[in-house]
Amino acid sequence: MSSQEYAFVVLALVGTVSAFRLVTARNVVHAALYLVVTLSTVGAVYLLLAAEFVGWVQILIYVGAIVILFLFGLMLTKAPIGREALDNQQRGIALVIGLLFLAGLVFLIQDAFHWSDPKLRPGVGSTLDLGESLFRQWVLPFEALSFLLLAALIGAVVLSRRDDQR
Amino acid sequence: MQAELAAEPGILQFAWVIVVLPMASFALIVFFGKRMPWKGVEFGVLAVGAGLVLSLQVLWHFVQGGGPYEKGLTWAPVGPFTLEIGQYVDGLTAVMFVLVCTVSLCVQVYSIGYMHGDTRYTWFFAALSLFTGSMLNLVVANNLFQLLVGWELVGICSYLLIGHWWEEKINSDAAIKAFITTKTGDVPFLFGIFTLVFATGTSNIARISEAAEMGHISHGLLVVAALLLFGGAIGKSAQFPLHVWLPDAMQGPTPVSALIHAATMVVAGVYLVGRMFAVFSPAGSAMAFVSTIAGITMLIAALLAMVQDDIKRVLAYSTVSQLAYMIAGLSLGERGYTPGLFHMFTHGFFKALMFLAAGSVIHAVHSSNMSEMGGLRKSMPVTFWTFMIGGGALAGIPPLAGFWSKDEIITMAFKTGHYGLWVVTMLTAVVTAFYMTRAMLLTFFGEYRGHGHPHESPAVMTVPLVVLAAGSAVVGFLGAPQLSAVFADWVHFGPVEHEPFSYGFAAISVLGAGLGLYAGYSLYTRWTEREPLRALGPGYALLENKYYLDDIYLRGIVRPIQYRLSAAVSWFDRTLIDGIVNGVAKLTQGVSGGVHGFDLTVIDGAVNGIAQTAGFTGGILRYIQSGNVQRYAAFLFAGVVIMAIIITRI
Amino acid sequence: MIRLPLVLFFSAALFSTGVYGVLARRNAVLVLMSIELMLNAVNVNLVAFSQLWQHITGQVFALFVIAVAAAEVGIGLAIVILIYRNRETISVDEVNLLKW
Repeated sequence: MSSQEYAFVVLALVGTVSAFRLVTARNVVHAALYLVVTLSTVGAVYLLLAAEFVGWVQILIYVGAIVILFLFGLMLTKAPIGREALDNQQRGIALVIGLLFLAGLVFLIQDAFHWSDPKLRPGVGSTLDLGESLFRQWVLPFEALSFLLLAALIGAVVLSRRDDQR
Repeated sequence: MQAELAAEPGILQFAWVIVVLPMASFALIVFFGKRMPWKGVEFGVLAVGAGLVLSLQVLWHFVQGGGPYEKGLTWAPVGPFTLEIGQYVDGLTAVMFVLVCTVSLCVQVYSIGYMHGDTRYTWFFAALSLFTGSMLNLVVANNLFQLLVGWELVGICSYLLIGHWWEEKINSDAAIKAFITTKTGDVPFLFGIFTLVFATGTSNIARISEAAEMGHISHGLLVVAALLLFGGAIGKSAQFPLHVWLPDAMQGPTPVSALIHAATMVVAGVYLVGRMFAVFSPAGSAMAFVSTIAGITMLIAALLAMVQDDIKRVLAYSTVSQLAYMIAGLSLGERGYTPGLFHMFTHGFFKALMFLAAGSVIHAVHSSNMSEMGGLRKSMPVTFWTFMIGGGALAGIPPLAGFWSKDEIITMAFKTGHYGLWVVTMLTAVVTAFYMTRAMLLTFFGEYRGHGHPHESPAVMTVPLVVLAAGSAVVGFLGAPQLSAVFADWVHFGPVEHEPFSYGFAAISVLGAGLGLYAGYSLYTRWTEREPLRALGPGYALLENKYYLDDIYLRGIVRPIQYRLSAAVSWFDRTLIDGIVNGVAKLTQGVSGGVHGFDLTVIDGAVNGIAQTAGFTGGILRYIQSGNVQRYAAFLFAGVVIMAIIITRI
Repeated sequence: MIRLPLVLFFSAALFSTGVYGVLARRNAVLVLMSIELMLNAVNVNLVAFSQLWQHITGQVFALFVIAVAAAEVGIGLAIVILIYRNRETISVDEVNLLKW
């Protein structure tokens, strides 16, 4: 086990634990904060995997913007602050399904790759490579994506507009 | 009965026409009578008139020495037995034809006057025609069942005619009494027929007679059959103990009494014994019984006739007594056959005559009680003389008809060794003369005691009287030995026998009659308020109450049946029959209740169960559509996992 | 040097946790957070495989996913706020009109 691997394992554990706490926190703000931690660790993992642009974008967008959005959303909906049961009645089934998913996926991975192989080596991931691919091969999806974002923006504005403002 | 059948029947083949004519007249009167100018009388008189002409022709056949004739048609086969309809015409039949048609004709002509203005005038003549046809059918029948049909039909007609004025209860009661009493005699009669049919396998009279004479029927069976048949005769011919209906039958119109209860219907019993003589003759014990009954009847009836105030009742009891004479004559055996039937023939004439004459008197004084009559010989001469002739015939005054016929019976009783019967007949003859004298004196002699203005009846009524009177005077000579007693040639049983005339016995009979006459004359020449016979003391009371027989019958038989038997039958009907019906109803109710329960529980249960299952399943399936998005998401994810497992595993 | 299966396990763990969160949380915003979690797990997967095959496409896709996720969160929260305005609640249990 190399040092990167150690680092990864640490990060993975942190991320997993915080994800777990995210879905079991009693306090919504705590859950949001746990989300921050999880997203950050995921970003760190990206960096560890030498996908630097994706990693920084992750931090920038997710942690920087989306989490803020969530917090705003929590604030605007007067989310109950305090310890309350935030889980619904189908916790048991949800747990079962979650575990089933986990089991299925683990089995799939283990069946495909076993425990050891293959090893990941840093290679592609530089901004140069990404830019090149993005604006050459994937330029059309990129433009579509920009439209999507525009639509989302307009949509969000329209949706949250109050009716008495005609 | 043994004479061979006629070689050339000639007119005899059409004897049945004589029967059909009055029946057709009945139908015509019923349908068209009211519209006819004479209200239906035309049909009746014409039919019987034609019938009389034909009857005389039939009789002429026998006068010329012809033989009997039989013809039968199959009516219906009933298993091994055949019902037939047919005619048996012999001397007896011919004589009966003449008697019935003559008397019926006279009565119908008489009724034109007597029933004038009656409310049911047309129906009266219809019933008379029906009766005449039924009687003729009875007489001409060649088998016992056809005879029975005629027998019952005349019973019905008697009931209808006695109750002609049924608005008054006493009349309808009398009709019912007549019918029921004769019906009581009809039951043994029917069983007698059954016995004979059983014994011989046929109901044909000629064949039964043949079987009896040949000895094919056992003696015991013969006696039983004879006694049973005689039961019918007791009822129909009003012999003791079923004689009680005849006096009451006088409630009917007088022409009815003349036709039915003097000359024709009541002699049906006598005719029956005569017709079935082959069965009676060998049954010695039965014949002894018959003569006993006849002897009792003739005396008690004659005694009762002595004490009646109603002139018709006198004649009614007289009829009963004379019927007993006829039966007594027949009961003497073969030698009594001709005398008995001869008396039946002569009696028909003079009794009908007397009834019609009495009717003439009643019509004039509007009462039938002799205490309200008297001295009518001056105001009603024709009626008087004709009644005298009839009365004389009845009393046995020579040379009138009754002398020849009654005398023969009395003489024969002695000659055949029935001394007891001889004494009784002699005594009865004396009493007969007595009551006849009494009746005549009270009615026609002395001073008029009533309140009306009697006058002679119209010609339409007096002419028949004269005709019958002539008959009563002359007919006797048919049996007179001095004139070769032709009647015996026509009506006989076994070989023809002409009895020599016995002056000795004739003298004794005349003496007896004279004795009665004298007694009557001495007691009744002058009218006394108090009935002279009351001197008999308690005997008179006994006679007055008809020996209390009516009371005995009423209390002993009628009331118990009426009340107790009907109550018992009613109880039976209510408790058992209704119980069964109600039980069935309850059972049906129970079954229907059970079915209903089954329907509710099982059928409805099944239907409801299906509905409940659907609801239950829906209740379960409802959870799938909860509206909860996360629920849907859970299903979605679960599905994905399961599909993944299935696809990768397989 | 990092073994691929480990990364994949991490991705699987995140994803499963996200699934549990989507199904089990009552607050709509928390459900959205759990969806983000799932998306991130997918991204990790993409990046790992892009490094395995030494192909940049995986990362390009990851980029796209992030962008779409952002848009989705924006819209999603707008809807949540609308629901909150109408019903005074954002408990997913109580918004159960998706029935008939």
